[in-house]
Amino acid sequence: MGQIQLNQVSKSFGSVEVIPPLDLTIEDGEFVVFVGPSGCGKSTLLRLIAGLEDVTDGHVMIDGDDATDIVPAKRGLAMVFQSYALYPHMSVRKNIAFPLRMAGLDKSEQDRRVTEAARVLNLTDYLERRPGQLSGGQRQRVAIGRAIVREPEAFLFDEPLSNLDAALRVGMRLEISELHKRLATTMIYVTHDQVEAMTMADKIVVLQAGVIEQVGSPLELYQRPRNTFVAGFIGSPKMNLIGGSEAAKHDAATIGIRPEHIEISEGPGAWEGTVGVSEHLGSDTFFHVQTAASSEPITVRAQGELGLRYGQKVYLSPSMEHLHRFDSKGLRIE
Amino acid sequence: MISPSVILLLGWMIIPLSLTIYFSFLRYNLITPTGNPFVGWENYYWFLTDPSFKAAMINTLVMVGGILLITVIGGIGFALLLDRPMWGQGIIRIMVIAPFFVMPTVSALVWKNMFMNPVNGIFGRIATGLGFEPIDFMGQIPLLSIVLIVSWMWLPFATLILFTAMQSLDQEQLEAAEMDGAGWTSRFIFIVLPHLARAITVVILIQTIFLLSIFAEILVTTNGGPGTASTNLTYLIYVSSLLQFDVGMGSAGGVIAIILANIVAIFLMRMIGKNLDA
Amino acid sequence: MARSVSNRAKALNTAVAGTLGFLMFFPILWIIVLSFKTEEDAIRAPLEVLFNSGWTLESFFTVQERSDYFKHFSNSVIISLGSTFLGLLIAVPAAWAMAFVPAKHTKNVLMWMLSTKMLPPVGVLVPIYLIFRDYGLLDTRIGLVFVLMMMNLPIIIWMLYTYFKEIPGEILEAARMDGASLREEILYVLTPMAIPGMASTVLLNIILAWNEAFWTLNLTAAKAAPLTAFIASYSSPEGLFYAKLSAASIMAIAPILIMGWFSQKQLVRGLTFGAVK
Repeated sequence: MGQIQLNQVSKSFGSVEVIPPLDLTIEDGEFVVFVGPSGCGKSTLLRLIAGLEDVTDGHVMIDGDDATDIVPAKRGLAMVFQSYALYPHMSVRKNIAFPLRMAGLDKSEQDRRVTEAARVLNLTDYLERRPGQLSGGQRQRVAIGRAIVREPEAFLFDEPLSNLDAALRVGMRLEISELHKRLATTMIYVTHDQVEAMTMADKIVVLQAGVIEQVGSPLELYQRPRNTFVAGFIGSPKMNLIGGSEAAKHDAATIGIRPEHIEISEGPGAWEGTVGVSEHLGSDTFFHVQTAASSEPITVRAQGELGLRYGQKVYLSPSMEHLHRFDSKGLRIE
Repeated sequence: MISPSVILLLGWMIIPLSLTIYFSFLRYNLITPTGNPFVGWENYYWFLTDPSFKAAMINTLVMVGGILLITVIGGIGFALLLDRPMWGQGIIRIMVIAPFFVMPTVSALVWKNMFMNPVNGIFGRIATGLGFEPIDFMGQIPLLSIVLIVSWMWLPFATLILFTAMQSLDQEQLEAAEMDGAGWTSRFIFIVLPHLARAITVVILIQTIFLLSIFAEILVTTNGGPGTASTNLTYLIYVSSLLQFDVGMGSAGGVIAIILANIVAIFLMRMIGKNLDA
Repeated sequence: MARSVSNRAKALNTAVAGTLGFLMFFPILWIIVLSFKTEEDAIRAPLEVLFNSGWTLESFFTVQERSDYFKHFSNSVIISLGSTFLGLLIAVPAAWAMAFVPAKHTKNVLMWMLSTKMLPPVGVLVPIYLIFRDYGLLDTRIGLVFVLMMMNLPIIIWMLYTYFKEIPGEILEAARMDGASLREEILYVLTPMAIPGMASTVLLNIILAWNEAFWTLNLTAAKAAPLTAFIASYSSPEGLFYAKLSAASIMAIAPILIMGWFSQKQLVRGLTFGAVK
């Protein structure tokens, strides 16, 4: 079991409140991603759950029991750190076995679990090496191995992929997702990368300045962002947010429309504009179109190639059923 | 857990320091018992007006300045040289750095006897071989001789530090400058030197602190002579306190030495402090 | 990208640097050569010394027989090891506390400790000499151990502090997450990680203590004199016995020269107080 509940948890460093009182429930077996820009408090929140930081106020409940005053090691949680935090003086085998050794498991059980974890993570050939002799991806796997062997109630990941190069990151992303499917253990994952959040999460928690902006499944967040912050943060390329008179036509302070929900054509349409820079991805093309409707260029996503040139006059037609409307406080209008 | 260190260092600093200051106001000689009366600034007066003080101050400045000049320029040269691609760089570096690990008495005596001795020393033999009159280093140019010996000992230090600093210079910066049309001299003046500026300052400050206290090298080569030709402040204080047994006078000199060293130390501590924040 | 360099440029660099390096090293090389010569050969012209004379170990034996070299050698060993390890004993807790439980004034305390190192020794020569005389510490090894320990304590604390600081906090947190108690954390994680730093610190401080030539010359006579003072006794007229002076010198510097080669990096850290990286 690995249900985690935060009740009115808050954290201040001195007089600076980094996390105002906050409630959150993470169900057993869920893959939850905390996402937000850097400095939004997502890592702090994770460390509060881990017990590495003391909460200023409120309670951390694990499986219904108050864990607020329990030391990190006794919470039944395992953590994978951003720097991996491997013990440089120990072999891979000893690194992975360390939590078991601390728990006082007998030697044969330690060996059994380490061997099993190494098999799962493709580390069998590297068990006698030191962390310094491993590649970034292998170190990452050792750190995960150290977490797995404890058979924890929940895994905590603190931006685990941020030190890997792009190609490796995609691979590790899949491996972690697969691990979650296989173990079906609760995982809490912190990242600033919304793509990681969208691809891995069962549930995404979007944070800004210590405040939860929205909690929901990736699709919920994508389809029904609760406010302009979430609307702009989730999705790539970003949602077009348009204010002023164009928004007023729809009884809103701001309207939002995703690049894939705008049609671009040489024929007539709602907004007239000129093509700026186009980004060709092969499968798709992103056009940045300057219009009178918005001061910012509007991003349009079109399938395939359209053969539009820089400076050409075009018309944009947003699809009305995909229009998001926000009030003057940035909140969604249904 | 910090307290043992703090107490020891505090004691080590305060007890001798206050005694030095206290003694410096007494007429206190170890051979002629005078009852150690309080004499105010008398010791300072005599110490400062003694012609050997003026000589010692000039010698100290010449020594520190000369050695700094040689080691910093030589150190930059070596650092640049060692930073270039070559075979056996490790071995060459070890050869350059080795003199730093030679104890002062050994280096001073080896230079004095095996190299600077006018009859059997290598310099003397070369001079004679070329038909020149060999120089009596310790008799004719004692100060310069000591400067050379100590420079040999400290050049490795400057080299090592400047070389370390050199290695942290971003190669791309140099390549960017090259693309911008900067020639070798411009790259040195506009990129390399500013990058080394901090390390050079550190070398100067640290060496100054150590060089103000040159002692063993003088003791085993010239004994400060001939006359006071190679006496520096440290050696002068040693002479008044432990050779002439004039505790009061020696202490007054000690206080002056402390003040001088502190002027340098303030700048050094500032740089260290800045780095500690970063 | 490292640029490829033509072999000719590389050869030129090697030749220039090699020549200059050889010149720097030459005095040391020369005393190695002379130490294996007889006194008569040692004062001959350099080329004759090199190519026209025999080799002998005689000088090494003479130095030991005449002046009990090993007594001074063991003094040096005791004084440098003693002062270093005593210093370590006192410095480790202080550096530990400052690195891992920093308080508001930690930085100031550290800076003040360093500043004591800037005090010129000659400024406190008189009182230390008189205190040593009054308490019978002159010419004793214990006295020197204490003075040199005090001289190097700031450097030891400083170096340990910087090494401890480098141990990443996440590792300690990982250990806590893994269930290590404070004792286990120190035993299994911190200590093994701190040992290389402590070893470097010890190495550099042994070198500094071994070569220290102000207090060792002023506070010792015959009994406790370490090698620095012993070599100083060659200042005249024994200095003219080149072979013996060379043999004694080589024996005095060899151990430190070897240790020094291993400690180049630590030297920069220890002697610049971290101001150059």
